[in-house]
Amino acid sequence: MMNCREATQLMSASQERELSLAERMSLGVHTMMCKGCHNYKQQMGTLRTITRAYAKGKNEQLENKS
Amino acid sequence: MTANQEIKNTYSPTGNLLADGEFLEDIRRQMIRFATLQLSDSHMAEDAVQEALIGALKNVASFGGRAALKTWVFAILKNKIADVLRHKQRTVNIGSLVNDEDEEADLSELFDRKGFWQPDERPVAWGNPEESLREGQFWQVFEACLDGLPPKQARVFMMREFIELDADEICVTVELSTSNLHVLLHRARLRLRECVENKWYLQGERNDELS
Repeated sequence: MMNCREATQLMSASQERELSLAERMSLGVHTMMCKGCHNYKQQMGTLRTITRAYAKGKNEQLENKS
Repeated sequence: MTANQEIKNTYSPTGNLLADGEFLEDIRRQMIRFATLQLSDSHMAEDAVQEALIGALKNVASFGGRAALKTWVFAILKNKIADVLRHKQRTVNIGSLVNDEDEEADLSELFDRKGFWQPDERPVAWGNPEESLREGQFWQVFEACLDGLPPKQARVFMMREFIELDADEICVTVELSTSNLHVLLHRARLRLRECVENKWYLQGERNDELS
């Protein structure tokens, strides 16, 4: 089974390129069994949402409202 | 903000914004920092910031306030930087990449020898992440975490997620192999994730609010 280090590598790479079927399958098996990597996977998406919101000046708009 | 203030800000922001030297200086400082990180050349950064500011101030009358102006200015700056980066290939040198020892030290804090999470580093569920985006304090934490990234990691991460260049564009721009880019982005994400989790999602006050 792939380890967490390899799994996080693949999850990061999936933000830049499409994973192969084999990669997706072994990653899927890993994240099903590993709570930490399951959480990590969610967080990759969240991190992108956060950064894009930040780039759009979301934080500044908030500061101005308060 | 009251409705009256809002209307006032919407219809007559021009004079106030231009007269507020402190606001302009503050925004300029942030832009320079961002542009310098991306272009690694202070003159090119100054130029890009100058152009972006002039462009934005010409249209200042159409902005509904500081936040809108700042968003706009940064959008212009991002485009300028993306242009400069695309056209000035090879002039931006990221230097010799990671050395392997750093890489090992970095990752051995997070993973055990077999490559599994160290028990106290294992990612936890973040509850309701969208909620955080509405809290001013969260953004201070996030900014501090971004600032804490090593410069090379910060640079490629911002190119990817902030300027939204794709992987190939970044590789050409900073003369990096695809696999090295993946290594840098992987490490940036590991660090940033860890920092945000430790400094925000694991803080006691947040848990109190949830209960």
